[in-house]
Amino acid sequence: MKQVDFREIEGGRPFYLLLGCIGLFVLAGLGSAYYMEHNGHWVTGMSNQIVWGTPHVFAVFLIVAASGALNTASISSVFGKIPYKPLARLSGLLAITLLVGGLSILVLDLGRPDRLIIAMTYYNFKSIFAWNIFLYVGFMAVVAIYLWMMMERKMNRFTRPAGFVAFIWRLVLTTGTGSIFGFLVARQPYDTALLAPMFIIMSFAFGLAILILVLMASYKWSNRPLGDAILFRLKNLLGVFIGAVLYFVIVYHLTNLYITEQHGVERFILLDGGIYTQLFWGMQILLGSLVPLALLYGPTGKSRGWIGIASMLVIVGGLAQVYVIIIGGQAYPLELFPDKYVTSTFFDGMINSYAPSLPEVILGLGGVAIALAATLVGVRVLRFLPISLADDQVDPHSSSGEVKATA
Amino acid sequence: MSKDSNFDRYRRRFLGGAATTIAGMSLAPGILLQSIGHAKPADEAVSSDVRWGMLIDSNKCASGCNDCVQACNDEHGLTGFGRPKTDSQWIRKATLKDKQTGYTQTLPLLCQHCEKPPCVDVCPTGASFQRKDGIVLVDKHICIGCRYCMMACPYKARSFVHEDLHDQKPWSPRGKGTVESCTFCVHRVDNDRTPACVEACTAENHNAMVFGDMNDPDSELSRQLGKYHSRQIRADLELNTGVRYRGI
Repeated sequence: MKQVDFREIEGGRPFYLLLGCIGLFVLAGLGSAYYMEHNGHWVTGMSNQIVWGTPHVFAVFLIVAASGALNTASISSVFGKIPYKPLARLSGLLAITLLVGGLSILVLDLGRPDRLIIAMTYYNFKSIFAWNIFLYVGFMAVVAIYLWMMMERKMNRFTRPAGFVAFIWRLVLTTGTGSIFGFLVARQPYDTALLAPMFIIMSFAFGLAILILVLMASYKWSNRPLGDAILFRLKNLLGVFIGAVLYFVIVYHLTNLYITEQHGVERFILLDGGIYTQLFWGMQILLGSLVPLALLYGPTGKSRGWIGIASMLVIVGGLAQVYVIIIGGQAYPLELFPDKYVTSTFFDGMINSYAPSLPEVILGLGGVAIALAATLVGVRVLRFLPISLADDQVDPHSSSGEVKATA
Repeated sequence: MSKDSNFDRYRRRFLGGAATTIAGMSLAPGILLQSIGHAKPADEAVSSDVRWGMLIDSNKCASGCNDCVQACNDEHGLTGFGRPKTDSQWIRKATLKDKQTGYTQTLPLLCQHCEKPPCVDVCPTGASFQRKDGIVLVDKHICIGCRYCMMACPYKARSFVHEDLHDQKPWSPRGKGTVESCTFCVHRVDNDRTPACVEACTAENHNAMVFGDMNDPDSELSRQLGKYHSRQIRADLELNTGVRYRGI
């Protein structure tokens, strides 16, 4: 394989124009956070029944995607797949920026974001949330060191061990994120160890879909060559990940369908849960899984446009999946008395209603914008992107035709 | 042996006796207070010798009566904003109807003050905590408002303060952006009084709520718990709740 040359992207007007547009979303997100904190959370769709709303959907999606974005680097450093090596730096950068975006949303949605310092200084070590604070901050440090090993020629020999540590860390991190829900014994849609590995496989799909889109966009806009060889490898891999997520979703629901006491919640999600049922079947399963699978593995899989659309659909489906898990999971009432119909002034026994408010959506998009802005600045100031990802640069021994046939 | 030395001996004995008497006079009230009173002096740590608990008899809980809820709201200044979905509710009356038989009953639901509270387990900062006497509270100074405790509580006992508060009760501090729930009226309990809800229920002569020390075999609570069958809500979770129910 040839030596891969990396270079910063060009500055100039288009760069600042793009950064400015993204910056507007960041500002809008911050404004939303201020509006929510100033008035109190009653101005959002959240309530004492749905305590985590749309900001958490965006935050969890980004945090899960962050660890998944590192996969491409891990495949190269840990599993020694040379063709992925040119993408390893971008993969590490996205892992950090997506995490920063997601965490920003989480912090800005706190009831008391001004007490962030308390979250950093008071710890209850039995709390998976407290572990996650260490896992998130540690992940950024570990990936930053990993990037340094990759980008500093003198340190290149440490790339593999650093990559290995980052790989293990990301698995633990996503286990932690899944366990935020998996450890909730009292809520029927959660309370399962299956959520931890399911979140890991979700991260593979979400992170890769984002990486593909960022790669295609940045190479198109910076007029750098991007060959089919690497793109087709990535899209085939994305297809495998989509299938794996589907497998976990099927196992999760099949298990619940076998357990009588879970029939109520399964009926709610799969059959008569209104928006949640529609999101599950329409967005998560059909548009977010089956359609992208068909697009990636069918004749359309050779078209960049369709690969891009498939990746976007995976992101939309992923957001729908996280929405169904987080908000659908809370909409279904707690079962305090399984053999009784319960009513109260506090909405016991009722399906809890929730509609996302504009400030929540804008805060969520603000977090995405923070991630994108950090990525854009990153590739501008440091050498994250190879000058060329043409086929002969990526894998001279394998023509794109071979990749298509074998990958 | 001179006359002077005898005088010195008498003087020393007198002074010693006087000192003992004065010391005794000053210490005695404290000793007496501890031995006959139930209230804990403010500077004494809470002890795990006590476990505060409650027994709620659904058979005695009158349908349509809301006195316990009103008493709680008055005691803690829980004025609503006319927004039921976001207004705080520390105690609520629930109506239960058997799915098979249609038998209907009512009971109050509040923080169950679990021995092993999931809200305390999940709280990242330790703001959700448990006193040694079993009362589960939120430290409003270090609650960051993440609401993870609300996700974890099996009883939906907690509320998040969604808006600005006014006219707070000095004995029950609250804070916008933090989580709160029933305190078992800890400010009353520490002064040898019963929680406001129990007092209201008793005043109405319904006597559906009994409060007391579960560790004290002579307390009315322990006597009733020992005599009648009672249940914990979601006993399958094995949280050993401080609130027990009869008639469910």
